[in-house]
Amino acid sequence: MLDPFLLPFMQRALIGGILVGAITGYFGGFVVQRRMAFLGSGLAHAAFGGVALGLLLGLPPMGTALPFTVAVALGVVWLRARTVLAEDTAIGVFFAVAMALGIIFLSVREGYAGDAYTYLFGSILAITWGDIGLTAAALAATAFTLPLWPRWAYATFDRTLARADRLKVSRDDALLAVGIALAVVVSVKVVGIVLLAAFLVLPAATARLLSQTFAGMTLRSVLIGVGTAIAGLYLSYYADLPSGPCIVLSQAALFFAALALGATRR
Amino acid sequence: MNVVEARNLGIRRGDLWVARGAAFTVPEGAFVAVLGPNGAGKSSLLLTALGLLEADEGELRLFGKRPEDMSPNDVGYVPQTRELDRRFPARAWELVATGMHPAWPGLRARARRDRALASMADAGVDGLADRPISALSGGELQRVYLARCFVRAPKLMLLDEPAAGMDIAGEAAMYHLLEAYQKKQHATVLMVTHDWEGARLHASHVLIVAGGEVLFAPPGEVRLEERLLHLFGHRGHARETHTGHHHA
Repeated sequence: MLDPFLLPFMQRALIGGILVGAITGYFGGFVVQRRMAFLGSGLAHAAFGGVALGLLLGLPPMGTALPFTVAVALGVVWLRARTVLAEDTAIGVFFAVAMALGIIFLSVREGYAGDAYTYLFGSILAITWGDIGLTAAALAATAFTLPLWPRWAYATFDRTLARADRLKVSRDDALLAVGIALAVVVSVKVVGIVLLAAFLVLPAATARLLSQTFAGMTLRSVLIGVGTAIAGLYLSYYADLPSGPCIVLSQAALFFAALALGATRR
Repeated sequence: MNVVEARNLGIRRGDLWVARGAAFTVPEGAFVAVLGPNGAGKSSLLLTALGLLEADEGELRLFGKRPEDMSPNDVGYVPQTRELDRRFPARAWELVATGMHPAWPGLRARARRDRALASMADAGVDGLADRPISALSGGELQRVYLARCFVRAPKLMLLDEPAAGMDIAGEAAMYHLLEAYQKKQHATVLMVTHDWEGARLHASHVLIVAGGEVLFAPPGEVRLEERLLHLFGHRGHARETHTGHHHA
């Protein structure tokens, strides 16, 4: 039997999948414990607006999606901090605006909208070495934020205690939102906008079921993100199915296994 | 040395003044019971002392400094544990470790764990060190928070209803721990409580916050019962508020 990962496009998919699994698994820990699952979904849809803008202008879609999504992430943080509106309301506002703009950008643009599907549902065939380079750069940037992990984690546990200890919680929140936006944008091609939130939630939720410490949860979330990306890509290749849903179903299988394990332990 | 000094202090929440024109001076080593009905602004007063809420009028000074200029290491804070997110994956010692350094412990934190364990032993909760916080009772969690507070050896301790959810034995143990710590470190304690009896027995001063008024005195100098009756209308109402919704 031919090893699928001898094929160049599958090699790119595998490397891309591993990187994406790691970065979303890492930020997923915060997304789950801070109850920000909707932020992941909202930012993915914001990324759609950015991608559509790139397609309209004939620019690299990742290049327009990144500033667009980061701007939306900061907008959400700002709106929550400066108004009485709750975070999910702020996300709902930007989510809708970005999606509406995206659809308008696509309909204004002349010609075929087929490549938009790549971004909506993900396509391993479309992953280029350029995309992988961008993802690797995002992961490297994330590695530079590792010193922020203890502060983010502390404020996740208790904001008031963190503020009383003079941590700049609002600034850290904004940095975290930018990190999540980065993770979302580089994941769009592998996963697709529609399923992206799952990457930020499922591996971390599974890790939560298996962990008693936040450090352990974060580590497991990254490992699960990477492992399920590899398993899902194999499944995608052999069953000839889209990669995004295959990885998400691998993540879900592990989640329910962890749930069953927890139930039998109790 | 005056540990806490309020000068014409006014704190507003929305349109409501929780305190106005308040003036009091807490001496070193005092054990102050902060009393008053729910929603009167006791927690707001603590937040102001922590430097998290700005005074709207006048000023509050800790050791002669503005609260936001205090080193957080000199102030120990025990929040209301019912507001704690127990879904967060943490072992009890990790919570204590945040008392020494404002950062959540990572994968390699042996030295911090050892120090946390020593502080937990002082509070009699070292046996709970590896227990997930989701598996702690209210009283156990309170004592873990006390260990977290002691570990930084604060000069001033601010406690928000530490006795809530404790049984009588737990409460007695808590007062014992606080008084032993105070004796050792000459620390000052400000404790929000609903426990009138405990205040009478253990506090050197009472600070009553009610209806925008603040009264500060040694418990013997106020005719406490009378004052409370005046402030709350009648005792039965004050008791009712125990089980009321929590306050800011």
